[in-house]
Amino acid sequence: MRYLMLVHVDESVDGGPDEVAPWVAEMDGRRIRQFGSRLRPVSDTTTVRVRDGEILLTDGPFAETKEQIGGFDILECSDLDEAIEVAAKHPGAKDGRIEVRPLWEE
Amino acid sequence: MGGIAGTVEAAVATAFREEWGRVVATLIRVTGDWDLAEECAQDAFAKALERWPRDGVPVRPGAWLTTAARNRAIDRLRRKATEATKLVEVAAAMPADRSPDRSDESGVRDDRLRLIFTCCHPALRMDARVALTLRTLAGLTTAEIARAFLVSEATMAKRLVRAKQKIKNAGIPYRVPAAHALPDRLNAVLAVLYLLFNEGYAASSGPNLVRHDLCAEAIRLARLLRQLMPDEPEVGGLTALMLFQDARRPARVDEAGEIVPLEHQDRSRWHRGQIDEGRTILADAERQDRPGPYQLQAAIAARHVIATLAIDTDWAAIAALYARLDRMVPSAVVKLNRAVAVAMADGPDAGLAMVDALDASGELTDYHLLPATRADLLRRLGRHFEAAAAYRTALDLAPTDAERRYLARRLAESGRARADV
Repeated sequence: MRYLMLVHVDESVDGGPDEVAPWVAEMDGRRIRQFGSRLRPVSDTTTVRVRDGEILLTDGPFAETKEQIGGFDILECSDLDEAIEVAAKHPGAKDGRIEVRPLWEE
Repeated sequence: MGGIAGTVEAAVATAFREEWGRVVATLIRVTGDWDLAEECAQDAFAKALERWPRDGVPVRPGAWLTTAARNRAIDRLRRKATEATKLVEVAAAMPADRSPDRSDESGVRDDRLRLIFTCCHPALRMDARVALTLRTLAGLTTAEIARAFLVSEATMAKRLVRAKQKIKNAGIPYRVPAAHALPDRLNAVLAVLYLLFNEGYAASSGPNLVRHDLCAEAIRLARLLRQLMPDEPEVGGLTALMLFQDARRPARVDEAGEIVPLEHQDRSRWHRGQIDEGRTILADAERQDRPGPYQLQAAIAARHVIATLAIDTDWAAIAALYARLDRMVPSAVVKLNRAVAVAMADGPDAGLAMVDALDASGELTDYHLLPATRADLLRRLGRHFEAAAAYRTALDLAPTDAERRYLARRLAESGRARADV
């Protein structure tokens, strides 16, 4: 099964790419992580809506919260228990939180 | 004739209680479809009601029912040509000549264990775990579960549907967790059973203090779990704990539905058989020398139920057990109970100091038993004015009518005592 892993972290305490490197190496090695990336901060984010045919843009994320999506990964796991094990090992789980969502497939 | 029919009906009823979970658990494993499994199990029991009076009760009712349910599943799947692949899988997974319980790659003896762990998966909401456990494992109807939790049948049905959907869509596996995850996951299972028991023992809301069916189900499931996982002492600890608490049930509420505190309970009305069973189970668990919170709580409950009279209670031992429990799983409620035991062992002053410290910590602000305990200790110290104020605070916070009436009586008594001074 494929899962999307959204890493919600407080950008001001983000440990950076070095912190997550061992996790990426392990999950790539186990062929669990199919694709993923760190994301640029919310200050570089644009939110897009269309209302009455008009494109409306907002500088910044959809919701202003302390924790923002700092990265994502697509995982191929045998089941939710494996996805939970993988997410729990991600450094973002310690300070922030990780949302695990199954892809709408089949 | 009526006698024979009655006997067969009783046999079906017994089989239902003992075999429902097993039949459903096996059918879920082989079909992967929770609804189909339940429907086919239901059909199998209906068939038993029709056949057993004529053919006699089979030697192994569980195997008969599982086979009947499996055949029903194959029938149903056969009718849906689109599910041809699934049908092949079902037929292959359950050849008629092989016991369904043995085809198991993970070495687990019983499908019911997979079912327990799946129903109690922490990725499900707690209320969904409880409902799912009662429906699929214990065989309660949706209407019965709805009544027990004071929600409408439609609400409960929706809760069950959502839980089953999440299991399917989120990929919650149908198996016993791997060894590294087992301690945590077992704790999650025990928490569901204990919540179920407590929901029945001290109804969190509504007019009835005791909803005994839930207690009985929790104990039955704990006994089953213990049978399936004999090497986990905490399972025995929880089983014993619930047996001890439930044993006191007949004396806990009087004829008028009023609460009788432990010290005033008629101990001859306690279930001796359950107490003895609990003691055997607890001793068994403690022999494994892996203490845990449930074993400690059971040891505390045991100290209460083995005292012939309230005055014989070994409060010093209970206080020491609470201290151990608080070190193992620090909690404000445990500290409050410890304070009560200390008050009994060393006098109300010592207990009151601990309760006041707890009160100052602000950890239990909405918990009615904190002011109720304070009130009780103040009353024993003859400080009736302060006791009355504390009873009033407790009264405002008490969640059930029976508890409110009990506290109101105590408040009235402290008023009279004050007038006597």
